[in-house]
Amino acid sequence: MADDKKFAGFICTGCGIGERLDAGQLETTAKRDGKMAICHQHEMLCSKEGVQLIRDTIDNDGATHVMIAACSRRAKVEAFSFPDVAMSRANLREGVIWARPDTDEARETTQDMADDYIRMACAEVKYMNKPKMSGEQALNKTILVVGGGVTGMTAALETAAAGFAVHLVEKTGALGGWAAKWHKRIPGRAAADGVANGTNVDLPMPMENDIADMVAAVEANELITVHLNSTVTKTSGAPGRFSADITTESGATATENFGAIVQASGWKEFDPSAIPSLGSSNADVVSNVELEALAKAAGDGPIKRPSDGKEVKSVVFVQNAGQASTAEGHLPYHSGIGDLIAIKQAMYFKAQNGKDCDTTILFDNLRTPGAAGEDFYRSGQQQMVIFSKGQVGDVTSSGNGATVNFRDLILDEDVALQADLVVLDLGMVPNSGPDPYAANESQEGMSDEEKTADNSARETAVTIDSILNLDYRQGTDLPQLKWGFTDSHFICFPYETRRTGIYAAGPVRRPMDIKQAQDDATGAAMKAIQAAINAGQGSAAHPRVGDLSYPSFRKEGCTQCKRCTVECPFGAINEDEKRYPQFNESRCRRCGTCMGACPVRVISFENYSIDTVGQQIKAVDMPDEFSEKPRILVMACENDAYPALDQAAMSGQEISPWARIVPVRCLGSVSLSWVTDAMNSGYDGIVMMGCQRGEDYQCHFVRGSTMAAERMAKVGDTLSTLNLEPERVVVHEVAITDIERAPRLIKEMEEVVEKVGMSPFKF
Amino acid sequence: MSDMNTAMIEKYRNSFLSEVEANVEEGEWVKMCMQCGVCAGSCPLGDAWEHTPQKIFMMIRAGKRDEVLQSDSMWMCTSCYNCIVRCPRELPITHIMHGLAHYAKRLGIVPQGQPTAKFAQLFWNNLMKKGRVNELKLGISLYFMNGFGEGVKTSLKMKDIGIGMVKTKRMNPMEMLGGHAVKDLSGFQKVIKKAQELEDARLAKHGG
Ligand code: SF4
Ligand code: SF4
Ligand code: SF4
Ligand code: SF4
Repeated sequence: MADDKKFAGFICTGCGIGERLDAGQLETTAKRDGKMAICHQHEMLCSKEGVQLIRDTIDNDGATHVMIAACSRRAKVEAFSFPDVAMSRANLREGVIWARPDTDEARETTQDMADDYIRMACAEVKYMNKPKMSGEQALNKTILVVGGGVTGMTAALETAAAGFAVHLVEKTGALGGWAAKWHKRIPGRAAADGVANGTNVDLPMPMENDIADMVAAVEANELITVHLNSTVTKTSGAPGRFSADITTESGATATENFGAIVQASGWKEFDPSAIPSLGSSNADVVSNVELEALAKAAGDGPIKRPSDGKEVKSVVFVQNAGQASTAEGHLPYHSGIGDLIAIKQAMYFKAQNGKDCDTTILFDNLRTPGAAGEDFYRSGQQQMVIFSKGQVGDVTSSGNGATVNFRDLILDEDVALQADLVVLDLGMVPNSGPDPYAANESQEGMSDEEKTADNSARETAVTIDSILNLDYRQGTDLPQLKWGFTDSHFICFPYETRRTGIYAAGPVRRPMDIKQAQDDATGAAMKAIQAAINAGQGSAAHPRVGDLSYPSFRKEGCTQCKRCTVECPFGAINEDEKRYPQFNESRCRRCGTCMGACPVRVISFENYSIDTVGQQIKAVDMPDEFSEKPRILVMACENDAYPALDQAAMSGQEISPWARIVPVRCLGSVSLSWVTDAMNSGYDGIVMMGCQRGEDYQCHFVRGSTMAAERMAKVGDTLSTLNLEPERVVVHEVAITDIERAPRLIKEMEEVVEKVGMSPFKF
Repeated sequence: MSDMNTAMIEKYRNSFLSEVEANVEEGEWVKMCMQCGVCAGSCPLGDAWEHTPQKIFMMIRAGKRDEVLQSDSMWMCTSCYNCIVRCPRELPITHIMHGLAHYAKRLGIVPQGQPTAKFAQLFWNNLMKKGRVNELKLGISLYFMNGFGEGVKTSLKMKDIGIGMVKTKRMNPMEMLGGHAVKDLSGFQKVIKKAQELEDARLAKHGG
């Protein structure tokens, strides 16, 4: 095999590289140290001619492995795209010349840096292989949508509109979900352009409920198969080859295959019964959901109060009832759209019970998100709905109707407001299945006995029904962030969940109204289609879109420790009958966390492995202890830290001449062996840079950065056995915007090395 | 309390906001206030009064009729227009303040001895005589607004300024004797009478 490999190096002398560096010496380094059989220099490698030179070398000279020494691997990706060979890039532009001052004193160390980056790129490519298909990929253009409310129906319609078939599974006997029950809808538009402030202007009003049209459209669509009274009782496989059992109430099961899944399981109403002060046991104190039924029952006539059927002449809306509070029995978050609902419902009274029906909305923070937004608030005001900023103490009753006791926060006084009807703004609770990691996380820090006790307590506790019944080793449902909402990288890839190819949409992700849910569903549908197609090509989903490599492991070496299975943030690894890990290529996001976790280092990717990085670390020329040239290894996450360093160089920040920066897919992929090898081969310090971890994580692979931090916490012990100072190894959280901070962190390590001295391990 | 006041209370029993909407100049804007407090923070004098414009509007919505109409606050507005310029909802706040003052005056429930109200009455009386303001007389009646002794004292204090104004022809001492009128005084008086009738009819309609 090794004989089939042919190595070719290309050194660009454009963008000032040729002026700042001795290209002749770089070529010698590539040939002599890097063992490049062929080496070319070009004055502008990314130009048509330069690219052609590489192409010709591949086609005519049979190069199979290509090392390109030019700009950062993040630049010119379209020009330097040679999918038919293995390729590495030495970052001479952002990584060297732009990061170093153009002075005589700096010349030598700058050239040293460049030579090292050439050696590293050569070493890397030597251990890389061209990624090839695993043979596991499958193309299935049918999408499963779970949930037949607005979100699910929108996802189904959008998917069908793109020409993909859909199976829509709905638990109840009818499509439409909650929205079908609403009397009217929150308007989906703002005031027209140019509508000025005024007291009698054209502002958005509640919309007619058009959900029935949507149901009809779904039913009429030939690409959509609807399963009513049905649930998903088993889901197995991976994107491109999911298999789902769809079971009806009567127990009949149909098994269907899918490319990807959209989970639109919606929400349920918060149960206020644990908060007696809200007075919800009184018939004339209703929830905002119940009010919709009262309004609908009234047709266009006056709304009547439940206790005695009297026409309502005064109504008080208690906003944010039992929400955004850490008190026992309360909802810890705010559902966001309750004020829009209250404005809409107050207008029902103005329209149906007459203009002189007193309607008061008691708010603490009025929020009107969405398309109509502020204009809808103004619309309510224009209809003489009274808005009072008040903190509700309790809702009491004597006889019919109810009294709301509140503190008026503007007039600073206590008020008791009597009304025929009180409407509580109750929150939205996501309909999620059990959180696969709930036990893991709440059990952090418990002893084994405590864990066992906790587990058995969980078993006897009320069980939440699973939505997807995944047969994944890591649990039956989508992992959650908190409060039952599905986890996703909220900033960069909001639709991605921690189960590849399964997209959550609608109020199961966060509370939202119909309009927002429709937008959300459309996004999720597009992502599902993309995931199905990616799976057919064997390429990754976000953030390594298009990556064809996938993890494989050397079975003979595996000790069945299960670290990979447990640490994979995406539940990609199952277990086979012999209890070996079983990788599911299309569930995998290519983060490498499994690789970093494996204590016996048997997991690798074709183009990213213990060797591709380990050999880079070893390839660096190590000056002796007395040279006054320390070496600092920087392992920087390719998602945030590495681009931040590139940016730093672009904006003229200096990066320490002693730094040798290796991009890693995720800090989670960093193997402890790289750290020990680096220390053993004489590096004076190691700086690891990954994304923010924890609850408001920024890690593009969700848990990778956390896993790395846990692993590296133990590195101190290793250092002390080597008799090295623990401060030589640090882990930092770096954001893509840390353009000034990232180089400074390396500089800090330079200072540490100055203080504790050079490593004694330089041979 | 006037009959009109009683009639208005009768009519708008539970909605002072509707009463303001129907009877106060620009009163229909009060419901559009979003209680942001920008006016309160912008008013150069707000700190010195009992209620800022923001509070006045909230009190109207909370049905605090007496407290609003008998308050001193809207009389204190100096028409600087800071609030109007800044209000994000573009309420004509200054006009509403004056509208409220005017309405309270019509209902006869202005706080006793309110100086702005007193001055306004002097101004009105002065204006009605000749159809134009006699500045000399208005100034002097202002000095004596709070009694004879204080009037003499203020007059002496302002003596030099007065003489200066006469010298530079800014003031004509002859105006003290009757003073000149607008060209068509009876026409002016007819206009005012008609306006007053219309206004009375409007209020009577809402009050009745
Ligand atoms: S840890 Fe990352 S690379 Fe490994 S299987 Fe899971 S998703 Fe794939
Ligand atoms: S981490 Fe490595 S040794 Fe452990 S089960 Fe996975 S492949 Fe096997
Ligand atoms: S116009 Fe009147 S109320 Fe407005 S800021 Fe000026 S003084 Fe205050
Ligand atoms: S600035 Fe305007 S909207 Fe804000 S409190 Fe004052 S009147 Fe109301």
